[in-house]
Amino acid sequence: MFIDPHAHMISRTTDDYEAMAAAGIVAVVEPAFWLGQPRTFVGTYVDYLSTIIGFERFRAGQFGIRHYCTVGLNSKEANNEELAEGVMEWLPRFALKEGVVAIGEIGYDEQTPLEDKYFRAQLALARELQLPVMVHTPHRDKKQGTSRSMDVCEEMGLDPSWVVIDHNNEETVDETLDRGFWAGFSIYPSTKMGTVRMVELLKKYGSERIIIDSACDWGISEPLAVAKTAKLALENGISAETVRKVTYANTLEVYGKSGQINELDWLNPPEIDQRTLYEGNSILRGGREPRIEAPGSRNRDSLIIE
Amino acid sequence: MSERSVDLLRHWILRQAKEQRAWFEERVNALTEGAPERELHTVMGLAPRLLGKEALVLSTEDLSQANSALEGWRPEGLSLDGAARIVALTMYRGERPFAETFKDLRRTADARELVALYRGLPLYPEPESLAFEVGEGLRSNMLGVFEAITQHNPYPRMHFDEHRWNHMILKALFVDSSLANIVGLDERANPELARQLLDHIHERWAAGRTISPEVWRCIGPYAVEAGALDEFEKALSGEPSGQAAAALALADNPSPQAKSLLAAHPEAAANIAKGQAERVSIVKNEVV
Repeated sequence: MFIDPHAHMISRTTDDYEAMAAAGIVAVVEPAFWLGQPRTFVGTYVDYLSTIIGFERFRAGQFGIRHYCTVGLNSKEANNEELAEGVMEWLPRFALKEGVVAIGEIGYDEQTPLEDKYFRAQLALARELQLPVMVHTPHRDKKQGTSRSMDVCEEMGLDPSWVVIDHNNEETVDETLDRGFWAGFSIYPSTKMGTVRMVELLKKYGSERIIIDSACDWGISEPLAVAKTAKLALENGISAETVRKVTYANTLEVYGKSGQINELDWLNPPEIDQRTLYEGNSILRGGREPRIEAPGSRNRDSLIIE
Repeated sequence: MSERSVDLLRHWILRQAKEQRAWFEERVNALTEGAPERELHTVMGLAPRLLGKEALVLSTEDLSQANSALEGWRPEGLSLDGAARIVALTMYRGERPFAETFKDLRRTADARELVALYRGLPLYPEPESLAFEVGEGLRSNMLGVFEAITQHNPYPRMHFDEHRWNHMILKALFVDSSLANIVGLDERANPELARQLLDHIHERWAAGRTISPEVWRCIGPYAVEAGALDEFEKALSGEPSGQAAAALALADNPSPQAKSLLAAHPEAAANIAKGQAERVSIVKNEVV
């Protein structure tokens, strides 16, 4: 059983959901993010948040995958002040919805004053509502930006054990762990972490406060990254207990603080009725060896569509 | 608005609410006495966290009281938090028209809230003003939201025009949602729906797909007018669940053609008693 604690499923196909379920992924966390193109109306942002708490959750459920999300104003769009002000007005309405496990992903992109302003405002909101935080660390000027993100979290009075610093690498991990934050690693080709490097990191750092995710989105990315990393780690002699913590249990521990994600959601799901938008029963997969296959590979060669 | 129904719902919640009983009572009173809309958002948001998400426990007697308070209202399957959300919204006395408050809640609702919002339809004030909002729910791709409107809910029977009613039935078949729990299914049957369902059957058969045995029930009364006798003939000669459903639907039709068609299929006619017993359990996806 795996959880992918950072997956932008709104950008993915049903093939991906099927492949993820077959690979043993029982739950995903979908952080609110930048869609590849900036939104120019507050209303489109509001409808996006509605979609990730509503329809995407339902869509995941159809594949037996439990879907959770984080809500927030991402750093890129924080630079549009008019939009940002509007989103901040709506955000509290979304933060306490069912399945919202954190405020996120928030933080810095270019480390502008506006990004700083809305990062802080959202940290204050998380603190007020007693929600964990998922921090996106920047691609550029990363090391400095990561340190600064943690400085600001501390300044705003957040307990590091409630904050996941995501997209870590070899250069940022020591400080993240030393300061008591959770260290997320996104296994994302070319720009973030790779599986082989990740296995080396697990050998060096063990499992304490380390979380592996795919960050799969609209770019060339890998929805099976968590399952693949787990398999490679086991093959390289990393203990099953370590793998379990970094691909499952640690996520539950930190986002469980929201009260909105619980193992029983998939281990003992309620009967399907009108209130339950989930179909399928993930527990039926229990005991079966997870299969890792390329998304869509099952159907790709068949000419029959019924 | 059905005050008696809301009273019942409130009573059932309080009966089950345990340590959060006082919280709920106090908040609902505040909403009744002019608390701002923000307070409504808070109560709606906190309901599952404080009251829990268990099913609302209802006895046979409760269900019968529900039906006397409002004919066709079947609160079975409601959750405690869902019921609380309905009562809070119903008791809230805001300055805006009800439909505006509803719209505001609907557009920021999570899936569970949507289900509760729509299950409450028969109890709200100004029900006619919710036509657009109901349309948004019916168009939802989330099955639970669609069924919150269509199942166990007297609102469609009371307020849908024929066009909307018929499209509700067609969509239910399309998304594999059972027709049996639609309140007013027999009484709202109409010739236009029979024609549409006949087209639906032809389309399914042409594609080599199965049809739901439930489809016959809405065509039965208009089998002759809609020119559906050949299709009934085919179903009566087909596999058991479709045969029983078609025979049962045809038995309600007083026309001589229906009678003689049924008489030509004594084995199907013999299945009617069985079909009646099974009508409640004739569910989606049984092959024909």
